[in-house]
Amino acid sequence: MTAMAAPRAAATVGTARRRSRPGRRFVLNAVVIFIMFLWLIPTFGMLFNSFRSPADVASTGWWTSIVPPWRFNLDNYVHVLNTNGMGTAFVNSLFITIPSTIIPIAVAAFAAYAFSWMQFPGRDVLFVVVVALLVIPLQTTFVPLLKLLGPQGIHLIGPGVGSFVAVWLAHTGYGLPFAIYLLRNYMGGLPREVFESAAIDGAGQATSFFRLAIPMSVPALAALAIFQFLFVWNDLLVALIYIGAANAPNLPLTVTVANLSNSLGGEWQYLMAAAFLTMLLPVVVFFSLQRYFVRGITGGAVKG
Amino acid sequence: MDPRLLTAIVVVVGVPATVIGYIIVIEQLLRLAPNVWRPRLRPWLWLLPALLFLTVFLVYPTINTVILSFQDKFSRNFVGLLNYQYFFTTSDTLIALRNNAIWLVLLTLFAVGGGLIVAILFDRVRYESIAKSVVFLPLAISFVGASVIWNFMYAYKTPGEPQTGTLNAVVTSVGFDPIAWLQETPLNTIMLIIVAAWIWTGFCMVILSAALKGISAELLEAARVDGATEVEVFRHITFPLLLPTVAVVSTTMIITALKAFDIVYVMTNGNFDTEVIANRMYKELFAFSQPGRASAVAVILLILIVPVMIINIRRFREQEALR
Repeated sequence: MTAMAAPRAAATVGTARRRSRPGRRFVLNAVVIFIMFLWLIPTFGMLFNSFRSPADVASTGWWTSIVPPWRFNLDNYVHVLNTNGMGTAFVNSLFITIPSTIIPIAVAAFAAYAFSWMQFPGRDVLFVVVVALLVIPLQTTFVPLLKLLGPQGIHLIGPGVGSFVAVWLAHTGYGLPFAIYLLRNYMGGLPREVFESAAIDGAGQATSFFRLAIPMSVPALAALAIFQFLFVWNDLLVALIYIGAANAPNLPLTVTVANLSNSLGGEWQYLMAAAFLTMLLPVVVFFSLQRYFVRGITGGAVKG
Repeated sequence: MDPRLLTAIVVVVGVPATVIGYIIVIEQLLRLAPNVWRPRLRPWLWLLPALLFLTVFLVYPTINTVILSFQDKFSRNFVGLLNYQYFFTTSDTLIALRNNAIWLVLLTLFAVGGGLIVAILFDRVRYESIAKSVVFLPLAISFVGASVIWNFMYAYKTPGEPQTGTLNAVVTSVGFDPIAWLQETPLNTIMLIIVAAWIWTGFCMVILSAALKGISAELLEAARVDGATEVEVFRHITFPLLLPTVAVVSTTMIITALKAFDIVYVMTNGNFDTEVIANRMYKELFAFSQPGRASAVAVILLILIVPVMIINIRRFREQEALR
């Protein structure tokens, strides 16, 4: 849309709004608020319950706790942090997530730069392969990779810290197709003249990459970083496979909570407190960087 | 040194230094190469880490899995189609296949349909961004977290006891008996899909909403001036223009449905006839120690996804032609 058309478009939307009858507006608002309410209820229900005592949780619904007398307390949180290894799991999740975000983005950035601004035979074919790999289900890779990384192979998987390395490498491999795809679409759209004049001024490819391509691609890099961070932090399957459900000292939050959900049985109040601890960081990241995140998925899915 | 401290140092310092150092090192090495060779070698050195990762973690294992799916549980002897025969003659795996079909249809319908409705409704209110954040929020929560949340929504107690599950409290308050949402087949699979839809509707909404805002307001207004009702405007203008985007999010949801794992693993672990292919594959591999059968299950999943892959490549080629 051109700059000329923008104010006019805004004006026409305004007339459409004014024309619709007040009764309709009321129904519309009621429906929208109802949908918001519907989406929030599950999370609120659990949030309230996680602050209630076991006896209360077992005997009455969470909605009874909203009205006074309030009897909320932090006991469930204290309990899971002290007895269920949630503190260690939180650190493990960081150990897993930080490199699993940095490595694929860096590797993808190198590749995306080569795909965008270097000439070499087979470039287009190779990129189509990347597009094809976008949808490969992780499940098809597990059996051979367990052999390769497990005791029969290079023995990364096991009780030691090596299993962290296995997860970093696996997440890098799995995250790369999307990362390369997104970054190449973005870097490829940067103005050609900038790179040409830098080359004329004698800048090498490394200089062009670090001084031009990377700073100009910050929106795409940020979107990708949030994406990969949320994906890895929230991942259960890859951690289950390469760390293992029983590898107690190395378990991330998701596996710990999944284990608790199997073992706690009736002690739901602990499970809920544990689940909320896992959500803390992603929700903060999400709300503070939502703008980039939205731009990332809309840019990745509907290009142009 | 304490291994955890060492890990922390590697995580925060070692990994970033290594990846950035790579480019600096290869550029230094390229200076040693003769002038003619430099531009030929450079792209491949820049691509090398990516190609290595893609080959080792995606291409090689996928090919190897196809081979393993024709071998026995020790991955030694070829057994022909035995593992596939097992898949197509065992009732548990057939249930998984059926359930994935239900997932595919209903998740796509709920998430894309819901996302479209929500995008259109939210587009017309002033507090649009807050409303969108609310629906979008579950995407930041892990599937494990979501499963715990919804376990509590679906909680069931025998009739007569006070119901602590939100849904059953609503059901009993209007006079019906409480329902065991996660045990009654086929209701339970639908309830699991609702959890997934709760998460993915926001994703579809954001993409569809971006496309919706790309439609020219003048075009819509012109139709309204010509006397078209809101429903007609939607049917003949908005919807046809949104159709390519609907197709994109639908393919994403189809893949999500085929790969569904976490929610089933945490909420029912496939019990009460809620099994899905991905969870079955995990069980074959770890619970039953049958890598051959697990590989066959994975190959079937791959075959189901191949059409989406072809559509993606075709769409990519069309986009490139427009570049």
